[in-house]
Amino acid sequence: MLPNIPFLKNKNREDQSKVFSPSRRDFLKFGSLATGGLFLGISFQCSGPKGETVTFAPNVYISINSDNEVTLVAHRSEMGTGIRTTLPQIMADELGADWSKIKIIQAEGDEEKYGNQNTDGSFSVRMFYEPMRKAGATARHMLIAAAAADWGVDASECDTENGMVVHAGNGKKLSFGDLASKLKDAPLPDPERVVLKDFSKLKLIGTDVAIYDVNDIASGKAVFGADVNLPNMKIAVVKRTPVIGATVISYNDEKALAVPGVEQVVKIEGSGFPPGLDKALEGVAVIATNTWAAIKGREALEVEWDLGENQNYNSGQQLAEMLESTKGKGKVRRERGDFDTAGRSASKTLERTYEAPFYAHATIEPPAAIADVKEDGSCEVWAPSQHPQWARGAVAAALGVEIANVKVNVTLLGGGFGRKSKPDFVVEAALLSKAAKAPVRVQWTREDDLHFDFFHSHSAQRINATLDSSGALTGWNHHTVFPAIGATGSKEELHPSDGEMGLGCVDFPFDVPNIRIESHESTGNTRVGWLRSVSNIHHAFAIHAMMDEIAEARGKDPIENALELLGEDRDITFQSEMVGGEYGNYGEKIEDYPWNTGRMKNVIRTVAEKSNWTANKAAGKIMGFAAHKSFLTYVGCVVVLEKGSDGKTIISDVYYAVDCGIAVNTDRIRSQFEGGSQFATSLATTSAITFEKGQVQQNNFDTYQIIRMPASPKTIHVHIIESQIKPTGVGEPPVPPFIPALANAMYQMNGQRIYKLPFTI
Amino acid sequence: MASYKLNINGETKEVEAVEDMPLLWVIRDLLDMKGTKFGCGQSLCGACTVHLNGVAVRSCSVQISSVGDGEITTIEGLSENGDHPIQKAWVEHIVPQCGYCQSGQIMNAAALLNSNASPSEDDIVAAMAGNLCRCGTYNRIKEAIMTASKSL
Repeated sequence: MLPNIPFLKNKNREDQSKVFSPSRRDFLKFGSLATGGLFLGISFQCSGPKGETVTFAPNVYISINSDNEVTLVAHRSEMGTGIRTTLPQIMADELGADWSKIKIIQAEGDEEKYGNQNTDGSFSVRMFYEPMRKAGATARHMLIAAAAADWGVDASECDTENGMVVHAGNGKKLSFGDLASKLKDAPLPDPERVVLKDFSKLKLIGTDVAIYDVNDIASGKAVFGADVNLPNMKIAVVKRTPVIGATVISYNDEKALAVPGVEQVVKIEGSGFPPGLDKALEGVAVIATNTWAAIKGREALEVEWDLGENQNYNSGQQLAEMLESTKGKGKVRRERGDFDTAGRSASKTLERTYEAPFYAHATIEPPAAIADVKEDGSCEVWAPSQHPQWARGAVAAALGVEIANVKVNVTLLGGGFGRKSKPDFVVEAALLSKAAKAPVRVQWTREDDLHFDFFHSHSAQRINATLDSSGALTGWNHHTVFPAIGATGSKEELHPSDGEMGLGCVDFPFDVPNIRIESHESTGNTRVGWLRSVSNIHHAFAIHAMMDEIAEARGKDPIENALELLGEDRDITFQSEMVGGEYGNYGEKIEDYPWNTGRMKNVIRTVAEKSNWTANKAAGKIMGFAAHKSFLTYVGCVVVLEKGSDGKTIISDVYYAVDCGIAVNTDRIRSQFEGGSQFATSLATTSAITFEKGQVQQNNFDTYQIIRMPASPKTIHVHIIESQIKPTGVGEPPVPPFIPALANAMYQMNGQRIYKLPFTI
Repeated sequence: MASYKLNINGETKEVEAVEDMPLLWVIRDLLDMKGTKFGCGQSLCGACTVHLNGVAVRSCSVQISSVGDGEITTIEGLSENGDHPIQKAWVEHIVPQCGYCQSGQIMNAAALLNSNASPSEDDIVAAMAGNLCRCGTYNRIKEAIMTASKSL
C-alpha cells in the first residue's frame, strides 16, 4: 500500500468537508457547522436538576457553560509551532471571547468529528483559518440573537466583546455564561446569515498571543508523551533490527529476565522489507517495572539476526553512485524550450554538483507511547502524535480490531518535525500491551531514535546553466536523485514522486527560456520520511547556491540577479511544462494559491532593505542571500557573518522577510523563524547520518550533532509582510532559504564555494 | 536492590532501587515526578538537569547510590508557584516552543544565577552550552536569563 504522504494529496477541501459538509448542511438545514452539532447533538448537557451547569456547544470546537467557562478544542497537535494556541485564538477573536479566561482542551484523534488532524506540511492555519472563524462566528451569532431577544432589541444593534454580548445603544451587557441556558432550544443559524467580522474589527488575529501552555511548561507541569502514568503500567525497551529488513533467528532471554525488575521478553514481528511507514520494526522487547530495568534487560538480551538484504548497504557508496548517475540522462519531469539548443549556443556553461546527507529528526523527546489494550480487545493510547488518526488506524490494523475500538489521546509533543507523523512506536506500545496484558509505555532511547528514524534522504544534484554572449541566463538543467519517501513502502518507487519534485525543484520560478528538470533512480535501503521542509532542504540549497554563482558570472549583485530573473509581477504556473506528472502546489489548486512573482520580489526587496544589503555590502560586511517559496509562503533571507576574536566564524545576524498572507499569531511566526534558522544551522553545519554495513554510524548527540547555544545565530530579525491574503504556514518555510544564504555568505568570507552539506563555518 | 532516603524538594522520600539506577529514572519512574525529562542518557543534552546541593547536574548520569543526603531540587521544587525569577522571565519572553527541553534549560539557568547573579552574555552562552534545544529557542533563553538576572 502506498504510504499516506501528506503533501501529495489535495487534502484541504476534502478534509474540511468531514466537518463542514455542504451535503450534510443541506440535509440538516441548519448550518455549515451542522456536522459538529450533529456529533454533539447540539449539545445542551443538563448535568443535573435546575440550577446546575448547562453547556452550550454549537459545534465540536466550542462550548460555553452557565458558569461562564468558554472551552475551545485544539484538534491539531502541538509540537512547538504554537498551533494549539493559534487556532483557538482565531475562534476566540471571531467569538469575541475574553482570551484571558479561555480554557483549551486537546481533541482525541477522531477525524470524522474534528476534520483533518494530520499536523504537518505547514497547513494547519492555511486549512483551518476560515473554519475556525466560522465556528466562532456561528457561536457569536447565536449568543447575540439570544441577548437581543432577551432585551427586545434588534440583533444588529449588539456585538460581543470580552465574553459579553453588549448593546451599542443602551450599554446593556450579558455574559456568555448567562446566555448559555437561553440557547437551550435554539437551532443553528442559517449559514448565509453568519457573517464573519470585518478584518479591521479583529483584535487577537495579527497580535502576539502567548502560548497557552507557557506557564505549565515553565513549571514542569506540561504533559508530554512519556509523562502519562497509568496504574500497573509496564515499561518496554526494544532491541530492534540492526539493519532495516533483518529478522530474528533466535534469542536468549535468560540474562535479561535475571535483571531485577524485568518481567517479560516478547518478540515483535516486523514488517520485513520494505519496512513501511506505519509498521513496527522487527525486534525483541524487554518489559519491566521501570525504564532502567528495561534498558539493563535489553543490554543483557542475546539476539541472533538474519541481517537480510541491506547488510552491505553503505550510504557513502550509494551517494557516490547517485552523483555519478546525474551525468547521464534521467527521467524528464519538467521541460520548457530546448536545453540542448541553449547548450550549443552558450558562450559560458556552469556545471555544478551538490550533495547532502541523511538527516535524523532528533527531537529532544525520543519517541514514547503508552497503550492499554483491555480484555475486550479495545485499546486506549496516549501518544505524542502528529497524526493521531493514522496512529489509530495503524494500531487497529496491528491489533486486528475495528478503528472504533481504538482511542488515541494526544499529549504535547517534545518536537515533531515530521518524525511523529509516523505511528510505528505507537503500534509497538499496542502490541506490547496486548502481550503484557497490562498498560505499557514503550520508551525509545536516543540511540534508538537515531538508529531507527525515518530519515531525510541523502541526495545528489547536478545543475548545468548556460549563459549567452550578452550574459543572459538561457538554460537551466537540474538533475536530482534521492531515495524517495515512497521507497519506504514500495521497492518500485525508484524516482522521487511528483510531490517530492514539487518541493523546490520543478517549481523553479526563474524566467529562463530553456528549462529541463530530470530525476534519477535510487533505491531505499532504510526508512526515509519527511523532515521539516522535506525535499526543499536539498533543492533550495542547490538552486540558490547555483544562482549565487550565476549572479557572479553575470557580474550582478545576487539580489539584483534574483529580482531580474523573476521577471514581471505575475502568477506563474508549472503544469503545462510538467512531463508525465502533476505539479502539486502543496495540495492546493494553483488558481487558489498562485505562485506570484510580485510577492516573491517584495520579500526580496524587504529583506534587502531590512538588512541594509547594499550599504552593508559596500562597507565590506560578509553577507549571503537566498529567497525561497515553500508551503505556499514566500521567504527572503540574508545571513551576515563575522569573525570572532578567536578567529571563529560567527553567524551574527539573520534577516528574514516573510509573506505568509494574514499573520495570525505574530509572536509564533517570529519564533518559527528564529527556531527555523537554528534548525537549518544544524542541517548546514553539524548534522549527518551515515550507514555502513546497513547500520547507522551515529549513536547519540556526540556523533549526531545539533547546534548548541554558542553556534546559534546571534540575532534573528523577522519582518512579517502585512497582508490580508489568505494565510499560509510558517513551520517549514524558514528552513530552505537559510542554508544557501549561509553557504553564499561563506563564499564571501573565504572565496570557497560550498557544494556539500554539512560544511564547516 | 537497596533502600535510599532522598532529600528532594525539601522532603524526604524513600525508594527501593538498584544502586546504579540513574537519579533521572528514580525521579520519573519511582517518584512519578515528570517535570524532569529524558533526552539522551549520556549527559549530552541537558534535558534531565536538576540541582544537587544547588549545582546543576545531569540526573541521567548520577547514580542513586552516589546522592547520599544531598539536596535535590527538580523543576517542581524550584519555586512554590512557578514564580522563580527565571520562570517569570521565561513566561515574559515566551521562550518555549515545544517545551520539552525547557525544564532542563530553566534548572540550568537557575543554577547559573545561583553562582553568578549578573552573568555576561558570554557567561550565559558558556553555561548553557550543554543544554540542547532542537526547536531553536536559544536567543530567547539568553534574553530571559538577562531579564531574570536584572530582577535579582
